[in-house]
Amino acid sequence: MVEFLEFTLEGLSAGMIYAAIALSLVLIWRGTGVLNYAQGAMAMFTSFIALEIIYVTGNYWLGFVSALAAGLVIGAIAERVIVRPVTGKPPLNAVIVTIGLLILVEGLAGLLYGSNNRSFPPAFSIDGLSIGSVALGITRNDIFTGAAVLLAAAILALTFRYSSIGLRLRATAFNAPVARLLGVRVGRMLTLGWALAGLLGALAGLLVSPSTFLNPNSMDTIFVLGFTAAVIGGLESPAGAVAGGLILGVVLSYAGGYLGSEVVNLFGLAALLLVLMFRPTGLFSSAQARRV
Amino acid sequence: MTSQVTEQVEVPAAPRGRLDWLNRSTLGRHLAVAVAGAVILYLISVGLDAYRDYLMAEVAATVVAVAGLTVLIGLSGQISIGNGAFMAIGGYTGALLFSHLHWPLALIIIAAALVAAAVGAIFGVAAARLHGPYLAGATLMFAVALPFLANTFANQLGGDQGLGFFVTTPAFLGVNFSLQRWQAWVNCAAGLIAFILLANLIRSKVGRSWRAIRDDEIAAALAGLNIARLKILAFVVSAAAAGLGGVLLAIFNGTVSPSLFTLNLSIQLLTAAVLGGLGTLAGSIWGGALLVIVPIYLEDVAVGHGFASQSTSAAIPILAYGVVLIIVMLAFPRGIQGGLNRLIKKKGSA
Repeated sequence: MVEFLEFTLEGLSAGMIYAAIALSLVLIWRGTGVLNYAQGAMAMFTSFIALEIIYVTGNYWLGFVSALAAGLVIGAIAERVIVRPVTGKPPLNAVIVTIGLLILVEGLAGLLYGSNNRSFPPAFSIDGLSIGSVALGITRNDIFTGAAVLLAAAILALTFRYSSIGLRLRATAFNAPVARLLGVRVGRMLTLGWALAGLLGALAGLLVSPSTFLNPNSMDTIFVLGFTAAVIGGLESPAGAVAGGLILGVVLSYAGGYLGSEVVNLFGLAALLLVLMFRPTGLFSSAQARRV
Repeated sequence: MTSQVTEQVEVPAAPRGRLDWLNRSTLGRHLAVAVAGAVILYLISVGLDAYRDYLMAEVAATVVAVAGLTVLIGLSGQISIGNGAFMAIGGYTGALLFSHLHWPLALIIIAAALVAAAVGAIFGVAAARLHGPYLAGATLMFAVALPFLANTFANQLGGDQGLGFFVTTPAFLGVNFSLQRWQAWVNCAAGLIAFILLANLIRSKVGRSWRAIRDDEIAAALAGLNIARLKILAFVVSAAAAGLGGVLLAIFNGTVSPSLFTLNLSIQLLTAAVLGGLGTLAGSIWGGALLVIVPIYLEDVAVGHGFASQSTSAAIPILAYGVVLIIVMLAFPRGIQGGLNRLIKKKGSA
């Protein structure tokens, strides 16, 4: 029973990270209809920036904030320079361009920082918490991870729901030509969407890097799991992204805990295929008629 | 007088008749191209040293796998970021048959392609209902998860160490014949046969049906095509080609292990197919050859000119590949073969 609780909490904590990546993918997908395969690589790069700043200044939070800012900037640049020119081309071109960006960023990181594993400091203590003598299997840092992702998701949701800029972002995602006619600067909104997604990705990178170490490929698996979470939840739905992340985190945690680490990804595949078998567009997607 | 007339008719008719035969028989035309290709490949392989013969074998294996993917994406309109997993299935099947049953090489190669095709059929059934990013996600996870089977069944599949697959040169070529040249021959021969089959398939009713589905799935369904079956068939063909590429990769590599079939491989196959030009077999040759050859020379050049140290030099080709991908996609949205076609057309009309 204690073991079960431990695995559940561990899974929820890891799931929060997948949820953050999934949210950033959903944000871009809804806005531009592009899946950003470079999201993980961008998060890896911003984490390296954070590591450099922490190393130079000795201040974790300065590095943390710089990485988030870098995520914003990199996301915006990626949209303007690389993604904007392929809009309106076959959808596969956008896929390849973002994969090109993924390879480019990983190559750049390899050139600047080498391919060795770097350790990344956690924000808070990583000693296991316990109630009395019962170990819970989570740490202060895990709680911070969950809180940070939930807070970011809440801020995002409130911005989308209640602010004027959120309304314009939603209008752009819903119907860009009409939004443009109504005076929304659609181009700016798309850039802003990518920038916000870059920030969310950077957050995920900062939260996951203490447990995975940091190297040019360290975010690959995290990205794949975040993508899987987004697909499980349905790419149209932010709530689905969070739910997908948590479901995946818990399933993988049980699989790893009870059956061994080598079956973790096989269970991830099984969970994904099982969901897609019954819901080909994810759990939280509304049934959509395909246009004839 | 009459005999003179018949002669006048027959003399120009004879060459036209020969051309007609080539024009009418798709198989004949493809065979002729393949024979010409075989002669050229033979001449190239004889002129190369052992290392370049090895590269030639690698190019052949990669091109076959890319060709399978170009058929899947370019013709049937389904995406896969997981064909490296089908390569793994082909490679492991080959290694298992080689070490346990000692089958002849030709049979091993065919069996590896068939086993991969069977798995492709199972996966295709699950994937046929999926579209766009949902299909991409499922295949991506497939590529990440499948290699872990090697650790789950470490006793049978050798875990991280993998399995040996040591081909030797056959006796009739003599003792001094280079192993690399033999591997290049085997891979190129298998690749040519696969290309003949794929080229015929593309020009067949199945190929036309795939294009119909790709362009408008609903219209194709209304025209009476069995969408699900055709989509699954595309996955089967693509998996068979990937499995063939995988066993060929294993042949020149000497071993199969999970580290050979990474997520990176799957992504590179996709980029090579698009870079070369989707839906054309010629494009898959461009893409596959670029994928193998360019990184090697780039790394040599980078180290030689002091742009990078030994420890960071591995990043140079990666960086360059990313840049090339982005630029080609922005400049030639239809890939290298598409760009070439456009240049030729411009010249023809000018």
